[in-house]
Amino acid sequence: MSKQEWPLYEVFIRSRAGLSHRHAGSVHAADDQMALDNARDTYTRRSEGISIWVVPSARIVASDPAETAAFFDPAEDKIYRHPTFYEVPDGVDNL
Amino acid sequence: MYTQGLDQKDKHAASGQAIAESAEQLAAFQERIDAEEKIEAKDWMPEAYRRTLIRQISQHAHSEIIGMQPEGNWLTRAPSLKRKVILLAKIQDEAGHGLYLYAAAETLGVSRDQMVGDLLSGKAKYSSIFNYPTLTWADIGAIGWLVDGAAIMNQIPLCRCSFGPYARAMVRVCKEESFHQRQGFDILVTLSRGNDAQKAMMQDAFDRWWWPSLMMFGPSDTDSKHSAQSMAWKIKRISNDELRQKFVDATVPQAEFLGLKVPDEDLRLNAKTGHYEFGEIDWQEFLDVIAGNGPCNKQRLAKRQKAHADGAWVREAAQAYASKQAARAAA
Repeated sequence: MSKQEWPLYEVFIRSRAGLSHRHAGSVHAADDQMALDNARDTYTRRSEGISIWVVPSARIVASDPAETAAFFDPAEDKIYRHPTFYEVPDGVDNL
Repeated sequence: MYTQGLDQKDKHAASGQAIAESAEQLAAFQERIDAEEKIEAKDWMPEAYRRTLIRQISQHAHSEIIGMQPEGNWLTRAPSLKRKVILLAKIQDEAGHGLYLYAAAETLGVSRDQMVGDLLSGKAKYSSIFNYPTLTWADIGAIGWLVDGAAIMNQIPLCRCSFGPYARAMVRVCKEESFHQRQGFDILVTLSRGNDAQKAMMQDAFDRWWWPSLMMFGPSDTDSKHSAQSMAWKIKRISNDELRQKFVDATVPQAEFLGLKVPDEDLRLNAKTGHYEFGEIDWQEFLDVIAGNGPCNKQRLAKRQKAHADGAWVREAAQAYASKQAARAAA
């Protein structure tokens, strides 16, 4: 056992230019550069990406699953934010 | 909402600022663009491309932020609670669009503070359309239908813009704009079924917003020579006049449905081309508004400055709280 566990990094990969980075998984590494190298070796062995972001997992601030209902509740009853809420009269195009 | 930022000259480029960019680099970059590759923030790019995008995206963001004011004018006077919550949701979206766009611009190395500072100092521009007043409730319908309709015309091609972060922000924005246009049209459909006074109010709003909406597409192609570079870089995909024509073709039948008369004596459908021909835009008015002399330019800027100043204590309090928490955690 090591004296100190290497920190965890979350890995985000851009599969091709024009797409956003997507979460792929995580790796352990002793430092930032090693995290990049490990992410490359773990997640892009078959050219799955052209760009990698690694972020220390400890720095990710996540919403609390137990609070999901209350947290997202404000958007639930606002159906008028969707275009389908509005009836477009027959004969009107390009709206 | 939309910006006319593309149609202004790049001041730095004009001053001939020396930047070491080899012909090979520029050619390789253009090759990527021509191959429809997306450019991402950390990729090499010509300085002029970066500056053009910073200017356009930040002006687009400023337009969203200032664009909240004309509609905000009617929030407390919306005719029903339903209309009020809808309008509130729409204005909230505009704030959100501003934030997506500021974030996209920041990937190019400009800071949020810098952009906000340029807006507040009056140095930065925003779309001419937001310098017109909203005099009646029908104006809120007209804005959603015409202004957001014109914005959608403009923004759909931007979803395919060569700069990845801008294109992705536009995809998000376009999805949300559809609701904006429909809620505006819905207001007008209701007025069109109302009494004579309501119909007259709608026609009056249409008369005032029609021409400024056409101006949203920017100068005519013959006067917009510096947008050629933006076309070559695929920041811009469709010319101002083409987009304006598409807008007129889509909108005139909708106006007819509402029982509105287009305030243009020269408007007529060309049966051969299938397109509407329309009269000359008052370009002097457009230039005046862009130069800061529209009906509401001073009011819009003053209100934004005041809102920013009024919010200073909130920003300071949040910072003080964060610093205190950090100090406690460290102790």
